[in-house]
Amino acid sequence: MTFTVQAAVAARGFDLSLTVGPGETVAVMGPNGAGKSTLLNVIAGLLHPDSGKAELDGKTLFNLAAGRGTWIAPHRRGTALLAQEPLLFPHLSVLENVAFGPRSAGVSKRAAGNSALRWLAEVDAAELQARRPAQLSGGQAQRVAVARALATDPGLLLLDEPMSALDIHAAPLLRRLLKRVLVGRRAIIITHDVLDALMLADRVVILEGGRIAEQGPTREVLQLPKSRFAAGLAGLNLVPGTLAGHGLVAGDLEIYGQHDELPGQLPAGQPGVAVFPPSAVSVFLAEAHGSPRNSFAVTVTDLEPYGDRIRVRAGDGGRLSADVTPEAAADLGLIPGMEVYFVVKAAAVSIYPA
Amino acid sequence: MKQPRNGGYGGIPRWIYVMAGAGGLLVLLPLAAMVAKVNWPQFIPLVTSESSLTALGLSLRTSAASTALCLVLGVPLALVLARGRFPGQGLLRSFVLLPLVLPPVVGGIALLYTFGRQGLLGRTLEVAGIQIAFSTSAVILAQTFVALPFLVVSLEGALRTAGNRYEAVAATLGARPTTVLRRVTIPLVLPGLASGAVLSFARSLGEFGATLTFAGSLQGVTRTLPLEIYLQRETDADAAVALSLVLVAVAAAVVALAYRRPRPAGRVPEGASGDRESPTAAPVAGGGVP
Repeated sequence: MTFTVQAAVAARGFDLSLTVGPGETVAVMGPNGAGKSTLLNVIAGLLHPDSGKAELDGKTLFNLAAGRGTWIAPHRRGTALLAQEPLLFPHLSVLENVAFGPRSAGVSKRAAGNSALRWLAEVDAAELQARRPAQLSGGQAQRVAVARALATDPGLLLLDEPMSALDIHAAPLLRRLLKRVLVGRRAIIITHDVLDALMLADRVVILEGGRIAEQGPTREVLQLPKSRFAAGLAGLNLVPGTLAGHGLVAGDLEIYGQHDELPGQLPAGQPGVAVFPPSAVSVFLAEAHGSPRNSFAVTVTDLEPYGDRIRVRAGDGGRLSADVTPEAAADLGLIPGMEVYFVVKAAAVSIYPA
Repeated sequence: MKQPRNGGYGGIPRWIYVMAGAGGLLVLLPLAAMVAKVNWPQFIPLVTSESSLTALGLSLRTSAASTALCLVLGVPLALVLARGRFPGQGLLRSFVLLPLVLPPVVGGIALLYTFGRQGLLGRTLEVAGIQIAFSTSAVILAQTFVALPFLVVSLEGALRTAGNRYEAVAATLGARPTTVLRRVTIPLVLPGLASGAVLSFARSLGEFGATLTFAGSLQGVTRTLPLEIYLQRETDADAAVALSLVLVAVAAAVVALAYRRPRPAGRVPEGASGDRESPTAAPVAGGGVP
């Protein structure tokens, strides 16, 4: 009893397959345009992929394999979608909004109303039942939208950045609410916030360029990221390259580091990554040698405040960062465009296969 | 030419006001001239003569019928044009809008060659014992022909403004397309639908050329108020002016109804929202009143 989807949308460079177990919540993260919303729209039946198939608990949602053309309409999929905006029907009361799903399923008005009341209570919004959506705050409206989606008892709940349109007071409230209602419920949640992934999801899937860059238990992905995006979420530097005997070759660079996960020699020739925290990086004006250290010649692209430190971004597109004290930044006279050396001890670098 | 009261930048050059005034006068002055010509002591007897009342009654009945027909045919057309995707969609839109720019008399001739005794469908209908041309049905058909684009344009605009995001959400909540149409789409575009219907009614009420060509001018059967006015003008100018004023009054009432400002939706009074979250603007859908 699982959910599986495999789909390709050529025009968007989208091609991936994903499985969600019963009661599992999967967080989907990735840069803008990675295909996160495309994934949800394909599953919900709002976007027709070029090829692929999907099954929910043994029921085919679509199957576009050669010679077949099964396509189940959105209303018969049991995949409720919760978007960034609540999109409550403005002409219906809160209660009628939540009762909309059960009513559409053919439940009597009275039973649908009772079920709606139960779900409104579940999201702490029972006292709002008589209001119109225009009379709700953003957080209240999104809570009602959660109740409306859950009232349809979806086999798979799709959440498309449900917190992103809320202010900083309303978001934590909704996050706690989702944590409560998502227990034992199969859901896919798109988010930009690593906190959502940690709190709500059993597993995180990182999308990049329409494909799955990596996936795994949230904690593992954050501890040992294999994609630039996941490394960014964890606040780590990541250099991709090819594994060599005692380190990693990335272009004309050779990086030395630790590989505790793989005792002995690294599998040479395989793709790998070198990962290190910005706090372990020192900035020098001249090349500093002395083993075992790694030294990269880079061009400073940006300086920004980061807690009580200055974060120095450098390299192509500012992909490497170093955290230095404001004093050090002043002593070095760091400005964007400057040529400097990022130096990091081999002991602070983790190297593992990607 | 004063600054707008709220202090915002108006950005309109003064000479524009002069030209706008001239435009307004072009509409208002003839109406004023007509009102000045009304024979007030005789006004009531003139507009309540038997032929006038018959024509007014016929006009109101046929206009109501053609508005209903516009709704039945125009709502699906607007939905298909706004939401559907099919080859020839642009062409269909152009043809539906054609009566807007077509001289009504041309529309009347076209209808005559369709439903007339020698027409495309008329011959078949005649065999079935149905004769449309020069009957009250012909009046309704002629009015629907010219009024349909008003409803379609108005509703299609409202549908496009509303977007289909609510409909997509409704579908994922398990609502069949017919349920989505009934419980989400139509309620959301109700203001646009209402203004489209009112405009269609107004256009039907004023229809002259196509009616005269296709339906003739038979008292009590096809002689609507505009036809009656045209006829009276030859014999009794006072009656024509008085009836014209009635038509202006009805038209003005209809336009006022269609273009009145929509009441703002109920808002939370300050501090009544129950928790700390600040009320945010809910997406306002519908509207689309041209």
